[in-house]
Amino acid sequence: MMQELRKERLDRGVKVRADSIYAISSLKEIMFLMGPGLILVFGLLVLPAVVSPYWQRVLCIAGVYVLLSISFGFLANYVGLVCLGGALFVGVGGYLSGILNAYFGLSPVLAIPLATVAGAFVCTLLFLPCLPLRGVYFAIISFVYPLLAGRLIAATGVFGGTDGIAELDVLTNRWVNIYLIFILILVVVFGISRLVNYEDIGLVFRGVKDNEQAITASGLSITIYKAQAVFIGAALGCFGGAYLSHLYGWAGMSLFAIDFSILPVAATVVGGSGILYGPLLGAFLLVPISEALRAFGTLRIVFYAIVLVFFVVFWTEGVLEYVRRKYEQFEHWVRV
Amino acid sequence: MNKELILQVKDVSKSFGGVKAVNNVSFDLYRGEIMGIIGPNGSGKTTLNNLITGFIKKDSGKVYFKDKDISRWPGYKIADAGLARTFQLLRPYPTLPAFKNLIPPLYSPRARRTSRGKLGDRSAVSIDILEEVGFERDARVPYKLAGALPLGYLKRLELCRCLALKPELIICDEVFSGLSMSEIASMVPLMERLQRDGITLIMVEHRLRELFKIANKVLVLNFGEKIAEGSPQEIFNDEKVKQAYFGGGETYVFS
Ligand SMILES: Nc1ncnc2c1ncn2[C@@H]1O[C@H](COP(=O)(O)OP(=O)(O)O)[C@@H](O)[C@H]1O
Ligand SMILES: [Mg+2]
Repeated sequence: MMQELRKERLDRGVKVRADSIYAISSLKEIMFLMGPGLILVFGLLVLPAVVSPYWQRVLCIAGVYVLLSISFGFLANYVGLVCLGGALFVGVGGYLSGILNAYFGLSPVLAIPLATVAGAFVCTLLFLPCLPLRGVYFAIISFVYPLLAGRLIAATGVFGGTDGIAELDVLTNRWVNIYLIFILILVVVFGISRLVNYEDIGLVFRGVKDNEQAITASGLSITIYKAQAVFIGAALGCFGGAYLSHLYGWAGMSLFAIDFSILPVAATVVGGSGILYGPLLGAFLLVPISEALRAFGTLRIVFYAIVLVFFVVFWTEGVLEYVRRKYEQFEHWVRV
Repeated sequence: MNKELILQVKDVSKSFGGVKAVNNVSFDLYRGEIMGIIGPNGSGKTTLNNLITGFIKKDSGKVYFKDKDISRWPGYKIADAGLARTFQLLRPYPTLPAFKNLIPPLYSPRARRTSRGKLGDRSAVSIDILEEVGFERDARVPYKLAGALPLGYLKRLELCRCLALKPELIICDEVFSGLSMSEIASMVPLMERLQRDGITLIMVEHRLRELFKIANKVLVLNFGEKIAEGSPQEIFNDEKVKQAYFGGGETYVFS
């Protein structure tokens, strides 16, 4: 008997989404929905345990970039603010924590959280005047602030001037260091994805991005919600800065380096901007690659440029979008 | 009857470049009334709506809402005070189910105030509001994506965004236009019910027949200027209006 074969494509994502609340019907569906999350949790918890101390430290720094990339992706994709203020967040958070530690004798256990909240507050205040600006104007202003801060410190010599604030208390236990930031990443990823997907304020944020007039007509102030979103984004960066300054034991002008503003953009391009995990994956790819290429010196930049151009031109959806598409629509042969 | 002034517009003007889109328009509106604003295309009706509700800045003139000078208030604050509006160019959230479209207004400070903290589950409240204006709950219409809804439902959705705020005054920008006769016929009782519920209405309209049936008074704009104001009957008989509006070759069902 002849048998004909036909290629069938199932789009599980659409099916699950269309059934929405009724999706939790079978173990298979549940596993499908939770799979990516479980892989992420498992990956982030196991990875630090299987690499050498040197790479653990690389991963710590990668973690800071991951937080910045999540912050960038959150503000850009869910609130419509293209924010290049990563360097400002890291700088403000780092210096604040350094000041609290060196000048006021606070231990990092207190200084880091305090610098996170106070820093986010300061950054939000700095951005308040330019929140009504849209698109590229906001991006430019957010990019200029950290440059300005760096110059200001160099010129006036405050906070140790070009030497920075040295001899801060250092986080010494490498296991604490790495798991502190990795667990925080997990909390942040799940927290923000819950916020934007399931909380009512997430809908307001998305409205601020796509439907400003409808939000205004609903009696909601665009500026207030942009400020709240910037506070969240800034807090992630300020924590990163505070954490870095106690990882190095030093808070200096390099905390305002533009890398902190630019890499999140690259990470979002590489990872894909569709979902929150995109920038996360991008940062986890880019930072270690950059580290591995350290031997090539300045040629690193060339390599970086090539990677970016490749993604922008040939693979616009990004790595994670691609993986997701393949994950959701799996093809198989069926008998007709 | 004791009439309470709810909205006062005084000499409001706005030019775009050289075009006087709205030129020295004034009117008074009393609580509980339905006022119609009519005028040919481009006569400044939408601009007037935007000026009153704070969506664009006035060149000159004042607006008082419940005796408060709201001339310089931003749009969100005016909505928060209870003056809601719809958009002629509809502004749904197309990728969200219809009922999720009402989450932002229900999240607003005004909705929280007016419900005195008893708002409960926003999705449930939202579905109730939608059903009140004709989204059939049994047919699961509230759960459909807003982007896939036919025009009639989208117009109602615009209205629902206002109703979620528990407004005192709604300015509706052409909620009837583009709808079929039977769809309009089902909207008219809805507008009358809103009036009975104590909501004051300004209806910017092209469909004169339906408007004249429900309006208490009508204001006519032409080239940004108010050329007449009065009861539907007075407007119907006004020579200037006939000249500017009906003589212009535009065909309107009037009887
Ligand atoms: N944002 C704008 N920029 C420039 N001109 C505008 C703008 N909005 C409206 N106009 C002009 O103002 C006039 C009135 O427009 P509008 O208020 O939309 O009229 P209507 O709603 O009565 O059709 C028109 O001539 C229109 O071209
Ligand atoms: Mg109009």
